[in-house]
Amino acid sequence: MSDAAFPARAATPARTAAPRGRLLDGPAGVAPTRRMNPKRIMVYGGLIVFSLYYLLPLWVMVMTSLKGMPEIRMGNIFAPPMEITFEPWVKAWSQACTGLNCDGLSRGFFNSVAITVPATILSIAVAAVNGYALVNWRFKGSEVFFTILIFGAFIPYQVMIYPIVIILREMGLMGSVWGLVLVHVVFGMPIITLLFRNYFSSLPPELFKAARVDGAGFWGIFLRVLVPMSLPIFTVAVILQVTGIWNDFLFGVIYTRPDSYPMTVQLNNIVNSVQGVREYNVNMAATLLTGLVPLTIYFLSGKLFVRGIAAGAVKG
Amino acid sequence: MAQALRAAAPTELDGISVSIRDLSLSYGSVEVLGDLNLDVQDGEFLVLLGASGCGKSTLLNCIAGLQPATEGQIFISGQNVTWAEPSERGIGMVFQSYALYPQMTVEGNLSFGLKNARVPKDEIRRRVARAAETLQLEPLLKRKPAALSGGQRQRVAIGRALVRDVDVFLFDEPLSNLDAKLRAELRVELKRLHQNLGNTMIYVTHDQIEAMTLADRIAIMRGGKIQQLASPDVIYRKPANLYVAGFIGSPPMNLLPGRLEGNRFTGPLVADVTGYDFTTRPRGPEVVLGIRPEHVRTGAAAEALPIRAEALVEVVEPMGADTLVWAQLGQTPFRVRMDGESRVRTGDRLSIGFDPASLSLFDAASETRL
Ligand SMILES: Nc1ncnc2c1ncn2[C@@H]1O[C@H](COP(=O)(O)OP(=O)(O)OP(=O)(O)O)[C@@H](O)[C@H]1O
Ligand SMILES: [Mg+2]
Repeated sequence: MSDAAFPARAATPARTAAPRGRLLDGPAGVAPTRRMNPKRIMVYGGLIVFSLYYLLPLWVMVMTSLKGMPEIRMGNIFAPPMEITFEPWVKAWSQACTGLNCDGLSRGFFNSVAITVPATILSIAVAAVNGYALVNWRFKGSEVFFTILIFGAFIPYQVMIYPIVIILREMGLMGSVWGLVLVHVVFGMPIITLLFRNYFSSLPPELFKAARVDGAGFWGIFLRVLVPMSLPIFTVAVILQVTGIWNDFLFGVIYTRPDSYPMTVQLNNIVNSVQGVREYNVNMAATLLTGLVPLTIYFLSGKLFVRGIAAGAVKG
Repeated sequence: MAQALRAAAPTELDGISVSIRDLSLSYGSVEVLGDLNLDVQDGEFLVLLGASGCGKSTLLNCIAGLQPATEGQIFISGQNVTWAEPSERGIGMVFQSYALYPQMTVEGNLSFGLKNARVPKDEIRRRVARAAETLQLEPLLKRKPAALSGGQRQRVAIGRALVRDVDVFLFDEPLSNLDAKLRAELRVELKRLHQNLGNTMIYVTHDQIEAMTLADRIAIMRGGKIQQLASPDVIYRKPANLYVAGFIGSPPMNLLPGRLEGNRFTGPLVADVTGYDFTTRPRGPEVVLGIRPEHVRTGAAAEALPIRAEALVEVVEPMGADTLVWAQLGQTPFRVRMDGESRVRTGDRLSIGFDPASLSLFDAASETRL
């Protein structure tokens, strides 16, 4: 095309070809990255040191839990076991003794499940509806309500411990698993509501309006339009709640009785009960078992978790 | 009072699809809409046009029932719907941001409203199929919105209003997220749709071209008030006040301040306005004379016209079909739209002329048309 328009240039093909050839020899495509430069060495060096710092205790725990007591007494806590045994794990799960009973962590595990599952489901269900109503169905005083709710997140737990004892006693829930569930639901409310409120307010308001024009009501909009598009934020909420509730020790020890102690309390009682020799391998195995649930959750949901955190952080 | 209105409604609202009476809306102490009155005829295509923030969306939301009015009443198809839910008003709405339900397929999006209204399954299928055919959505029915282009998404959004078989369609800048070419295409599609369906349509935009091409009538809004409600032609030829005159047309009307004594205008140019169609007599001598750049004749054609002057060419913008000339009339800037063939250069003295019938006169104090 240009050849026709500019015959002069077409007459000298050699001159145009030469520089073009040279250009083709130059850099093209993806720029090569240098493997090692001082900055990278610093960054990776730092990361390696930090991960070692955090991984070392874990290493010691795993190794110790796989050794027999005689081998432990030989010292050298960093060495891998000469003879691997799963005996301590079995014992920690089903035979280890607290001061009161000798059926291991299993009792605590099932109690924790019985506390965590309903508390997680209930708190997220209520908080999600709260957040939705606060964003989309503003009512008179909804801002005040929200402020008070958030303020609740800043009141130190210690202040509320005794009043809650009284409340639970009056409700007849003191000492039961359901009492603890209620406590977790209430204490999870501010932060999870905030999480959902922020997420829902980051969604375009037209979506809500369109659904109203389409005749969907309060629950219709929530369940059929908003919930299906909120997977990331539900994941974050589940992770926060499951790990928070599972790892709780304080409320567990205060508001439940020995037969309904959660796993963390049971773990503490096993580790601290001194009857004869201190079985380090069993203690290590018990600790690892207790930490396994939150760990699994993190591993399973890594990507969704990051996405959800980012989504929830979009708007205050 | 309510009794009287209900009794009066059938006769008073004959042929009127949407009627807005003394509508006000305030956010706290900020008044967004003030004492607004508007009657939209059955089957009319009404465009709400105005600068950003003038309350167009707010008015549309009030009609849809998404925003409770502070005062006033809204009637749709003869019913007082002031307190009615959006879904009970017999309206369909299309939003600028499409607002499709992301987790539903196109089919799910189209049928959501019908399912909520508990329409029988067969009927839903029939109506979805019909809307999909009208909007050429058949091959897309099983897709999620994320897998659609902008134009396709907007067609789904229109389809969602279409399946509901409503009397009134509300559009809030439905085309402004699309590129220019697609916008032009969908504009024609919308016009065709309106001709086929014959529904009432209320359409918000701040695009003049859309307003002029689509509207039966245009309501120009400013600060929550309607400045002029008239056909595109009247809005263009006889703007009711200075704001409308400056808002419509690009480039906008030349506005020349001056004095009017009898029929003699003195300002940047001297003109005898005999032949101008006065609607009211001027209250004071201070006036503004308006003339559209495209109504100005130049050269030989100007010689024959009653009003003549000479302008100094400053900038010439050739635009293909026509050429825009930025000139000076004394000290006042003056724009002329010329034929694309004309050859003018910076520094030329351009003789201009126009007809009194094509100009507009405004009272300088009240800014309204004379
Ligand atoms: N929630 C609110 N609180 C206070 N003022 C508001 C609120 N929503 C809108 N406004 C004000 O109301 C006015 C009208 O807003 P509206 O959205 O109707 O404008 P618009 O004409 O649709 O503008 P645009 O062309 O930009 O969409 C604006 O000045 C806006 O600042
Ligand atoms: Mg708007």
